[in-house]
Amino acid sequence: MDLKLDHHSKDGIEIVDVEGEIDVYTAPRLRELLIELVNNRFYQLVVNMEKVEFLDSTGLGVLVGGLKRVRAHDGSLDLVCTQERILKIFRITGLTKVFGIHDTVDEAIAAKRSEK
Amino acid sequence: MATVELSFTPLPAHVRTARLVATAVARRSGVDEALMDEVRLAVGEACSRAVEEHRLYCPAEPIRLALTDTADRFLVVVTDNCAPSATKPPGAGFNGGDDSPGAAGMPAGLGFAVIAGLADDVEISETAAGTSIRMSWPSAGGAR
Repeated sequence: MDLKLDHHSKDGIEIVDVEGEIDVYTAPRLRELLIELVNNRFYQLVVNMEKVEFLDSTGLGVLVGGLKRVRAHDGSLDLVCTQERILKIFRITGLTKVFGIHDTVDEAIAAKRSEK
Repeated sequence: MATVELSFTPLPAHVRTARLVATAVARRSGVDEALMDEVRLAVGEACSRAVEEHRLYCPAEPIRLALTDTADRFLVVVTDNCAPSATKPPGAGFNGGDDSPGAAGMPAGLGFAVIAGLADDVEISETAAGTSIRMSWPSAGGAR
């Protein structure tokens, strides 16, 4: 399956819905979207990965790049993911300590609000 | 012993094809379904590395993927045809570009780390012809 991307605002936070496979072929599209959002001054991001079927290190690189960009503006990038197959790659690479990973979008939003 | 070989031009779109073929052959070889995600991801990582390497240094050369079903192992070998070069930085070909983990202050060679974390048995060798990544998983030898 190819990559489908969408985004919307909820409680002042930009939610990025990702569906499909994030790999060396599709990751540039996610990178472009994250750059576009930051350029449009969206610095509080939640990437919803509940419908992601595949993620490799190229995709991880794009997410880390997005995190780096929002942090430069005192923002944050959290993830929503409960799929074991996706969480495993975050664990292997130690990125569970870098990203806030939540079970639902509402939980991610609540966590961001409590940080403020 | 049965082998399926795939040769593809170094385009990112072909990495998905390589993953699909590897998964299909692994399934036919009797690899446990619980290991299938690991096979898919490790093969994808190895092929992505080779694609990046080829695009930088030898775009006209094909990448080779060999999938072999031995008596009790499913063996995957991804070979690039980019000869080692003194101009290549360490870890070249993995996650290159602006959003690379290396660029974000993370260790280079994250893809290698992912492969090492996933595959049961990994061997990386550099020859005069290029780099070869050999990985294997237990199988029931179903394709014999």
